[in-house]
Amino acid sequence: MPKDNGIGASPKRREDVRFLTGAGNYTDDINVNGQAHVHFLRADVAHAAINSIDTSAAETMPGVVKIFTGADFAEVGGIPCGWGVTDRHGNPQQEPRHPIIAHDTIRHVGEIVAAVVADTLEQARDAAEAIELSLSDKPAVVSMGAALAEDATKVHEDLTSNLCYDWVFGNPDDDAVQAAFDSAAHVTTLELVNNRLVANPMEPRVAIGDYSRATDEHTLYTTSQNPHVIRLLMCAFVLGLPEHKVRVIAPDVGGGFGSKIFHYAEEAFCTFAAKACGRAVKWTSTRAEAFISDAHGRDHVTKIELALDADNNFTALRTNTMANMGAYLSTFSTSVPSYLHGTLMAGNYKTPIVQVNVKTVFTNTVPVDAYRGAGRPEATFQLERVIDKAARELGADPIALRRQNFITEFPYETPVALTYDTGDYVATMDKLEQVADVAGFAARRAESEKNGKLRGFGINCYIEACGIAPSNIVGMLGARAGLYDAATVRVNATGSISVMVGAHSHGQGHETSFPQVVADMIGIDESMVDIVHGDTGRVPFGMGTYGSRSIAVCGSAMVRATEKIINKAKKIAAHLMEASDADIELKDGQFTVAGTDKSVAWGDVCLTAYVPHNYPLEELEPGLEETAFYDPANFTYPAGAYACEVEVDPDTGKVSIERFSAADDFGNIINPMIVDGQVHGGLGQGIGQALLENAAYDEDGQLLSASFMDYAMPRADDVPFYQVDHSCQTPCTHNPLGVKGCGEAGAIGSPPAVVNAVIDALQSGGKDVTHIDMPLSPARVWAAMNG
Amino acid sequence: MAKVSMTVNGKAASGDVEGRTLLSSFLREQLGLTGTHVGCDTSQCGACVVHVDGKAVKACTMLALEAEGAEVATIEGQANADGSLNTIQQAFQDHHGLQCGFCTPGMVMSAAALLKDNPKPTEAEVRDYLEGNLCRCTGYHNIVKAIMAASGQDVSSIAAE
Repeated sequence: MPKDNGIGASPKRREDVRFLTGAGNYTDDINVNGQAHVHFLRADVAHAAINSIDTSAAETMPGVVKIFTGADFAEVGGIPCGWGVTDRHGNPQQEPRHPIIAHDTIRHVGEIVAAVVADTLEQARDAAEAIELSLSDKPAVVSMGAALAEDATKVHEDLTSNLCYDWVFGNPDDDAVQAAFDSAAHVTTLELVNNRLVANPMEPRVAIGDYSRATDEHTLYTTSQNPHVIRLLMCAFVLGLPEHKVRVIAPDVGGGFGSKIFHYAEEAFCTFAAKACGRAVKWTSTRAEAFISDAHGRDHVTKIELALDADNNFTALRTNTMANMGAYLSTFSTSVPSYLHGTLMAGNYKTPIVQVNVKTVFTNTVPVDAYRGAGRPEATFQLERVIDKAARELGADPIALRRQNFITEFPYETPVALTYDTGDYVATMDKLEQVADVAGFAARRAESEKNGKLRGFGINCYIEACGIAPSNIVGMLGARAGLYDAATVRVNATGSISVMVGAHSHGQGHETSFPQVVADMIGIDESMVDIVHGDTGRVPFGMGTYGSRSIAVCGSAMVRATEKIINKAKKIAAHLMEASDADIELKDGQFTVAGTDKSVAWGDVCLTAYVPHNYPLEELEPGLEETAFYDPANFTYPAGAYACEVEVDPDTGKVSIERFSAADDFGNIINPMIVDGQVHGGLGQGIGQALLENAAYDEDGQLLSASFMDYAMPRADDVPFYQVDHSCQTPCTHNPLGVKGCGEAGAIGSPPAVVNAVIDALQSGGKDVTHIDMPLSPARVWAAMNG
Repeated sequence: MAKVSMTVNGKAASGDVEGRTLLSSFLREQLGLTGTHVGCDTSQCGACVVHVDGKAVKACTMLALEAEGAEVATIEGQANADGSLNTIQQAFQDHHGLQCGFCTPGMVMSAAALLKDNPKPTEAEVRDYLEGNLCRCTGYHNIVKAIMAASGQDVSSIAAE
């Protein structure tokens, strides 16, 4: 019998009613009295020196309040990078200044060159047309290979080259690694591209700056996954404002997928301009702007080599990756190809030697940063593609080859710094074989072939490091912030509860799932618990939602705070019942004295805390409100196995996904309905990466796919119904809920299965195709088949 | 500026607009009906779908002045008279057919238009009809399932929600 309340139940989402009736409150729905609008004049060339900007004509245009250029921001800081990577020689990453508005040089199409604030948006746009720019074009550096050439034009004149860092991880001893390859019975090599993507949450970014002269306080409304992080970065590094004078509010957020983690220039601009203009300033991104100003994702080029012994055991793995940083370092950019990627290269396998080499590169393109999975999809794609290729070369069954090399004993210390606390990769593979009906594939293939289609089956495993992150570990790895989270549980006098959390839902349903936990712990109905999030003026300092961390990290803080509440409430109950604290039990919202029939209800204890007429004031403070900060002891390690079945039309190269199956181990699960939905969404994005999406630049640095007309977002008829199972559960050993997180798995685990399936289909049709780079568009597949 | 008048969710509405003012802007900014969302500039995403004289229309693709005299229905007018969710809205909640909620108003309005013309659509027909509505959160699984459920079809055999 499924539960209908508390942990493990799937109550209907309470946030849905407002979203389904048009009552959601997204940032663009907010208008501040007297607000002006800003239109950003953005660079339409990728690389140029700015000789002059003449705003004189524009300033006389109707409605114009003020026009800002880079000179207005000369005195404020640049956008900071939150992670400093040390290279293979012990040197820090090269870190250029990242201005709010381009000062003397334009470095990517979309960079802000000037900002026009006017009474209406239309007036601001009209006036921007009258700004005269004098530019001297410079050669655009677009491809990473060209950027690293000896004589390459530098994206940043003040850096020594376009190399941000050259990093090695795992076993740094080149000779030892080479020796392992020299002694291998078989080596499989694969060169591949992890295609550049745009996150494209359906809600474009918005920022509204407001300033009160009365209190000298700033308010920023913004589309953010982590309002406290934005406040910290903007105050401490950019604008030099004291945090207590700045409030950042992110109301309902319409998706993010990583792209709304980062601190963006527009947020700092609107905050700055509101004070400078004496009125609120609002910016709403168009989709065209989003494509050239939201941080992009992925964009890795990799050579991976896998060594195997004569018994098909993996003996060594070596990778060489170039990762695009774009023109500037976005907030988490440098961590993605390094510590969110290299640490995952062991995957689910007991390969004893792993060496990861990464060069990160500046180019005249939009900055690249975390996108759903962030580094882990890139690791998984390489590893699971090279294993599949090895299986084909060796004539081994791809499932059996993986099983043979699985890590089976936990905790397991990998050669790339992580210690997996728990997992059961055999169990998830067993479950996958069942869910995907592997046994029935041959018949389905025969049926497809009867219809003139090639059918392929592809699988992969994945593991991810989530619940980001243990502050002491990431601190050693270069993080410039802690990655704990926080929750305040405020019990009201009549027993209802507000929980203020640092995590911030942008679609994950926290308003439903978080109260399930607190209600379960106390034994009261979920309707008595609400969460408050997304407002630095109301919630304790927490780091927000990304890296599948909300329930694992912030949820753990919430559990700890609720435990403090229960402990104090038991003392109050003990006083009321004249019993010893140690004898008090809490069940179903009733405090009882063990071995007696005495009881007192939750509500009575709460009221006593706030109306302390009969209260042990000498021992306890009145009130019932507790805060906890929680810093995880380790990452969590969700893992699983995915299978994809495709049909390929040999006449056109069109791939259709016929089945997609997922067997995940997320540890304990709070709300199964929400978890399934998270996996579905990740699969949609992973399939999109594999078949459809590509952020393509031309050689001049123009983004060719800069609208939904050109960038192929997955649509309803591109994907099937998914078969999703999460019955394999090895609870996390180090957080109180035993949860691992589920938000990124689908996007991490699905692209290799799709590509593996297409290769399988083509080979079944006698085509000697071993790899096609994503996206597997009909043109690419057809070309590979007929190449 | 020109005056435009229309009926929105059964009530008379009017305002002064520029020739270039889009119906989506008029609804959001002048009438305060912010449930109609704008997610792109190229009429691709469908977050702004409303009904104009009974037909599904992308409100970002129509000038406010073109809706002169029209009957416009938006997401704000879809619930039952007692405020409870209508059949389609309820199916979206029951089957977790939304996550961030941004595409949802357009999805509900498109679904309503589909079911009006095709009361029992197949899975393929639902997927085909949603060609003009993008969702980045759900992978479409539960949206398609919710729409089929709203049409009265048994969706219990479709994989987990």
